[in-house]
Amino acid sequence: MSMAQSQLRANEAELIKSVCDGECEAFYELVRPYERMVYATAISVVKNPADAEEVAQEAVLKAFSNLASFRAESKFSTWLLQITYNEAKMRLRKARSHLYESIDDPRPSEDADYWPKDFADWRPIPSELLEDQEMRQAIRKAIESLSPCYREVIVLRDLQNLSIKETTIILGVSEASVKTRLHRARLILRDALAPGFDGSWVKGQAYRKVRPW
Amino acid sequence: MATIEISCLEVWREISNFLDEEISTEMRERMEAHFKECAHCRAVLDGTRNVVGLVGDGKLFQMPEGFNKRLYKKIQGLP
Repeated sequence: MSMAQSQLRANEAELIKSVCDGECEAFYELVRPYERMVYATAISVVKNPADAEEVAQEAVLKAFSNLASFRAESKFSTWLLQITYNEAKMRLRKARSHLYESIDDPRPSEDADYWPKDFADWRPIPSELLEDQEMRQAIRKAIESLSPCYREVIVLRDLQNLSIKETTIILGVSEASVKTRLHRARLILRDALAPGFDGSWVKGQAYRKVRPW
Repeated sequence: MATIEISCLEVWREISNFLDEEISTEMRERMEAHFKECAHCRAVLDGTRNVVGLVGDGKLFQMPEGFNKRLYKKIQGLP
């Protein structure tokens, strides 16, 4: 653990103690740095912003009521996101309980084989494109269209930069599953976004597919 | 010792782990040797790396306006 990390943990331990001693004010200080992560985790499951906000609020309130049971075995942020993830899943289940369809994902493929569909060479992405709203929209759409098991893992790992270990704790799946799902998610996104990056988003250039077979 | 050649299929399987440095040194060397020779696999690698960078853009999912204020209110309402 780095100096900064252990400092952060010590600060958090202080805040947790204050909250447990009755200083509710300290709780907001404790969760504030993770607001965005809580929201992103929620939206990766429920998709819609209004639901994600409600899930985020519920999760934070749950974390408050259960704070005394937090054992510093994992980071506070991991614990908070685990609560958020479970809350979001529960909401999804409730929303669909009147339907006869299965609530869970079609079983995610744990088989690592995913054959890339396109071999176009991605030129380095011009930095002004990174600020482009249309482009952000396309990435968001591509992420949203992933199956839930792939979407959740890529949001935790690549969007929030959590470690593999943290991701396994939050999702409650094995390290091997995290790696396999992440791998698929990345390759599916790559295929989904390829037409945008090798020219068609740069004015005046048509997209040419590269398929070796 | 010469590195043992590997197929494109084997390379694709490990692309994501390669980027995350979740592979053995031996595998890394074999893959690096393969990338030198194979433009298709290089394209897959570069594209996947780009995806990781693009998804990591912090502005992708903005919190709804007033999110923190409403959250703070909820917390203030706590016992």
